[in-house]
Amino acid sequence: MADVTFLQVDIAEKKFPAVEGGEFIALSGLNFSVPKGQFTCIVGPSGTGKTTLLNILSGLDTKYQGSVTIDGNTPKEAPPLGYMFQSPRLMPWLTVLENIRIVANESARNENRAEKLLEEMDLGGFMETFPNRLSGGMQRRAALARAFVNQPPMLLLDEPFISLDTPVADRLRHLLLDLCRAHNATVVFVTHDLREAVQLGDRILFMSPSPGRVVLDQPIDLARPRVSDSEEMEAFRSQLLKDHPDILAGLDKEEAAIVPAHQQE
Amino acid sequence: MRPLSPTEGGGWIRVLSLVAVAAIWELIIWAFEPNHLPHLSAVAEAFWTLATTPGPWSCHRDTNIFWEIISQSGLACNLGFTLFRAAAGFFSAMIIGSVIGILLGRYRTLDRFFDGWIVLGLNLPALVVGILCYVWFGLTEFALILALAINKVPLVAVMVREGAASIQPDLIQVAKAFRMSWFQTMRKVYLPQLFPYFMASARAGLALIWKIVLVLEFIGRSNGVGFQFQIFFSNFEIEKVLAYTFSFIAVVMLIETFIMRPMDRKATRWRM
Repeated sequence: MADVTFLQVDIAEKKFPAVEGGEFIALSGLNFSVPKGQFTCIVGPSGTGKTTLLNILSGLDTKYQGSVTIDGNTPKEAPPLGYMFQSPRLMPWLTVLENIRIVANESARNENRAEKLLEEMDLGGFMETFPNRLSGGMQRRAALARAFVNQPPMLLLDEPFISLDTPVADRLRHLLLDLCRAHNATVVFVTHDLREAVQLGDRILFMSPSPGRVVLDQPIDLARPRVSDSEEMEAFRSQLLKDHPDILAGLDKEEAAIVPAHQQE
Repeated sequence: MRPLSPTEGGGWIRVLSLVAVAAIWELIIWAFEPNHLPHLSAVAEAFWTLATTPGPWSCHRDTNIFWEIISQSGLACNLGFTLFRAAAGFFSAMIIGSVIGILLGRYRTLDRFFDGWIVLGLNLPALVVGILCYVWFGLTEFALILALAINKVPLVAVMVREGAASIQPDLIQVAKAFRMSWFQTMRKVYLPQLFPYFMASARAGLALIWKIVLVLEFIGRSNGVGFQFQIFFSNFEIEKVLAYTFSFIAVVMLIETFIMRPMDRKATRWRM
């Protein structure tokens, strides 16, 4: 059966006013489509417009030239998506449970989905805790629960596991994959960590430096579950770097500069 | 010495502090024998007399049992009038000042336009505003409450403006991304960020209003604590002035203890 396109992106141009006057083109000629249920990773060095793209997909940014459709609707008309930002962005004055319940729709509330998700994520004992008393990893788990609570048809994740310890990040990645599989969610996952993209994605879209556009569309046909830093994954990654040295040169340097949180001062 | 936690022995220390004030008071009388500083016992006696003497004619309203009880105590009646005026001025100013502050914090053009007005409002002497309101609107409740509100609105607007300008756009973006309703965004995301500024302006404003309301009653009303001060001042009845002062302070402290602090604690418990 042919894959049914769920997300169609045809952005001719996205501009911002430049600080020094004039305009700065963030995205130009960005075209791709994503079938239902696919886990797509968007990879590119900093400043390629990845977050701008997610803001357009979520309907937060509507000022661009071109068109975006999600299951045939514009982002504003489409059912609400799940969005996990770079930082957890939990409301500090609300408890963990309240943070999730404020975005929950009626069916999520009736089914106590927030509570169930928190239990699944080992946060059952922290429902009445305020976010500032949680570790970084726990806050991200709560943010992940919030993104999933309405069982959205599409999930947007913007470098959600950046600056976390490797074991914590790995655990969260597994949680994410389990949830996505359970709900057959279409995922757009932004990262500049090639290893992470290879571990998680069904496909990687590489974006060029500004103005951002897709320069390489790479399917990943490695068997799951994928163990991070396994020989198979490392071989795939090395091959990619070897086959596309120009495209991935900047990325490789940036990836090498990623310092796990436990090594940061 | 080991510092005490906020809940540890706080009550005893406060009582001890009050006893120390009373002791110093009596010590001054014993040492210097001043003419116009009565003994605390005389102040207590004046308090009892004022509290058990029926209030002025304006307290005698046959509308309900509440007024019947209140009318039996001049002190309670006058305190009631003053509190009502302070509350009316306070809430009017909080509502108007908060709306202005939020608008100024959100829209820079508006802020620039009205900045001069705010500075002017902050620097207008309270007495001048009171006199002008009495002249323009007569010696009425409305004039007094309006004068109170005018004095406090700029202060609230300035403080809330700071809060509105420092709202975290990241959190508003979360509300938008998850399509939260306008009402819910205001209640759960926007206003909680403003709450510390509301509390700060409420505290500062309340302190201001307590002082101004007495002055305005002094110059333009025929009841209330300020009016009583005018009478006692004319008759040189210092112990009665002090009896009313202590009662007034007690009410202010009760409001702080049973309304302001619990509200503050509840809204900021996430910071602890």
